[in-house]
Amino acid sequence: MELGFSTEDEAFRNEVACWMAEHLRGDFECLRHRGGPGDEDAYPAERKAWEQTLAAGGWTCVGWPTDHGGRGLSLARQIIFHEEYARAGGPGRMGHIGEGLIGPTILAFGTDEQKSRFLPGIVQGTEFWCQGYSEPNAGSDLANVQTKAHRDPGSGEWIINGQKVWTSLAHESEWIFVLARCEAGSVGNRGLVFLLVPLDQPGIEIRPIRQLTGTAEFNEVFFDGARTAPSNIIGQPGEGWSIAMALLGFERGVSTLGQQMHFYREFDLVCQVARDNGADRNPMFRARLAHAWMGLKVMRYNALRMLSGPQDGSLQRPAMIYKYYWSNWHRDLGKLAMDVLGVDGDIVVNDPVRTRLQQLFLFSRADTIYAGTNEIQLNIIAERALGMPREPRPSLG
Amino acid sequence: MDFALTSEQEMIRATAETFLADASPSAAVRRAMETEIGFDADVWNQVGKEFGWCAIAIPETFGGLGLTIIEQAILMEQMGRRLFCSPYFATACLAVPALLEVGTAAAREGHLPSIAAGEITATLAFGERGLDWDIDAVTATATPVAGGYSISGHFQHVPDGASAQLLLLPARIVGRDQVSLFAIPAATQGITTQPSMTIDATRRIAEVRLCELHAGENAIVSMPGNIGNGLARTSALAAIALAAEQLGAAQQCLDMTLAYIAERRQFGRPISSFQAVKHRCAEAMVRIEAARSAVLGAACAVAASPTTSTLMLESACAKTMASDCLFHCAVEAVQLHGGVGFTWEYDPHLYLKRAQASGQWLGNCDSLRERVAAILLDR
Repeated sequence: MELGFSTEDEAFRNEVACWMAEHLRGDFECLRHRGGPGDEDAYPAERKAWEQTLAAGGWTCVGWPTDHGGRGLSLARQIIFHEEYARAGGPGRMGHIGEGLIGPTILAFGTDEQKSRFLPGIVQGTEFWCQGYSEPNAGSDLANVQTKAHRDPGSGEWIINGQKVWTSLAHESEWIFVLARCEAGSVGNRGLVFLLVPLDQPGIEIRPIRQLTGTAEFNEVFFDGARTAPSNIIGQPGEGWSIAMALLGFERGVSTLGQQMHFYREFDLVCQVARDNGADRNPMFRARLAHAWMGLKVMRYNALRMLSGPQDGSLQRPAMIYKYYWSNWHRDLGKLAMDVLGVDGDIVVNDPVRTRLQQLFLFSRADTIYAGTNEIQLNIIAERALGMPREPRPSLG
Repeated sequence: MDFALTSEQEMIRATAETFLADASPSAAVRRAMETEIGFDADVWNQVGKEFGWCAIAIPETFGGLGLTIIEQAILMEQMGRRLFCSPYFATACLAVPALLEVGTAAAREGHLPSIAAGEITATLAFGERGLDWDIDAVTATATPVAGGYSISGHFQHVPDGASAQLLLLPARIVGRDQVSLFAIPAATQGITTQPSMTIDATRRIAEVRLCELHAGENAIVSMPGNIGNGLARTSALAAIALAAEQLGAAQQCLDMTLAYIAERRQFGRPISSFQAVKHRCAEAMVRIEAARSAVLGAACAVAASPTTSTLMLESACAKTMASDCLFHCAVEAVQLHGGVGFTWEYDPHLYLKRAQASGQWLGNCDSLRERVAAILLDR
């Protein structure tokens, strides 16, 4: 076991830091520490332009193979890149669904034609993607999707009818990948298809959802006879579920260390407020701040354990606890931030630190709901890691 | 950057796991609890002399294996799982780092080789109140006399204090504003030890009294001036080892609970199939893996960079996470075993008692959080 990075890797760290310092300024100055979950509606146009600047520097898709436009970085260097990107205040990536989810899926399961059609737009930061999984009646029970897809007998095109929900950034994206039911009468995880669908067409309507934060970064996406070309299917009809699950396995956690940099910054802001208003002399706050800091340490080491484990897609224990741990930690930090602010926490003023902490408090309530609720996470841990009896799942055959 | 165990570390882990499953099952722990010294001397001889466990973190120049706190933590985790009753913690996790941190060259050469060879056991007392190092709490006095010192004092909470063959005891030198560490063989005249009655009967604690004990000049083992920082570091190093032990105990709480609830049936089904029970076990695993990350991370960080600031922060984090985790897992084990969890016959109470006792050692969670808060906030 060893914690450090090699001298060459540390030189690479410096290279990333220098590049960020040179480029994240001028028109992009306003993007520092902006975007990402809870702040996805910030500066969308500037963040898309930033994606293209990143691409020009060769800093998109850094872990992808070079023959598909990636940088082919080792795991250690991907970690370093994400850390330095976040440390420099690099904005939440508009391209992360393309780069982290659908891109690797196309690399693994796509045809050569699909690779040459879709990967360059992701690498160059010119085409953005969103994820069409959840539906009003398919949340935790994702296999219960009811959106339907069938072939046009004449053209062979896929025709889609139904509704998706909680679709981040749909209003800023060109494409959506859709899990839909292609076999009439099928139930659960059988009879599904995985389709790539262009969003700019008459059969699709996108409606923003106003969140408890008052802002809107999720959407409902309605499909009413929407169409996509016969070639825009990943895998075969009926294989949708296995493709959909494989996609979720591609996020191996290299970006989690970048996420933790944001957490460190939020924690520092809470400490700063505590020092300013004297909460740092209250023993109860001191204990809670120390506890939060220990959680940051745990998350860092846990992520390093996760990345040191076998990279064969198998879910090791540090990976299985990760989502539950960070989301609950983050939610607690939001509450701590507001408690440290005290009565001021309720007052809305033009102060970026206070606004950020108020947003943290409100948005972090979503952390333990999206991407697998706390309750689903505990089921997964109990059943897959501890081998305990499974819950009945009528929709999983 | 690689957090995976090396093949040598994996070998140490696997050997300890296999050996302790056989040598320290519940029945053996209960037998050891009933003995005066609190451990099985034959088993101790085997791990000390044959396996060289005490030699792990001792440099090769003193007859040790020259390994690090990482390997020591790996061993301690396995010992914690089985509540292995032994003077390992006192000898290898307290006395050894004390000699390495504050010892003179002569003291290291004099004492470490016999500890490494498993020939003697040793322990370290912190002061009158024990539990953690505080130089201001040292009340024992050493009065210079012809040919050495006359030492008097009272030390509480000394791990294996009644069985250790070598005691490392701090005392204040009368007439000089200085605390020194003395190495006193247990057989010396003027020393009396009294085993304390303990709720956690898996670890022996003693009171040690010195009454005008005569110690020669060479009984002082500490270099002048560094005992304050050196024993603070010793305490922090021992806290990481203790955290590893707590981690192993917590894992065993979960494992034995999972085994029990898979067998126990109510309402016509195993109670492990109830979601209320599953979620509690999952929550326990989350805390165990979090503690594992904190402990392994601390051991790696300290092995790579043993600066005092790193050591103080890392050990506080590891010990707090592991203490809280073990207590949580132990009370969950009692609760999820139901009625039998309240019996003497079943094991959860042994872990509950170890959890509470070890949680107070080398800094409780409140004081360790305050240590971290002071570093983070008071600059």
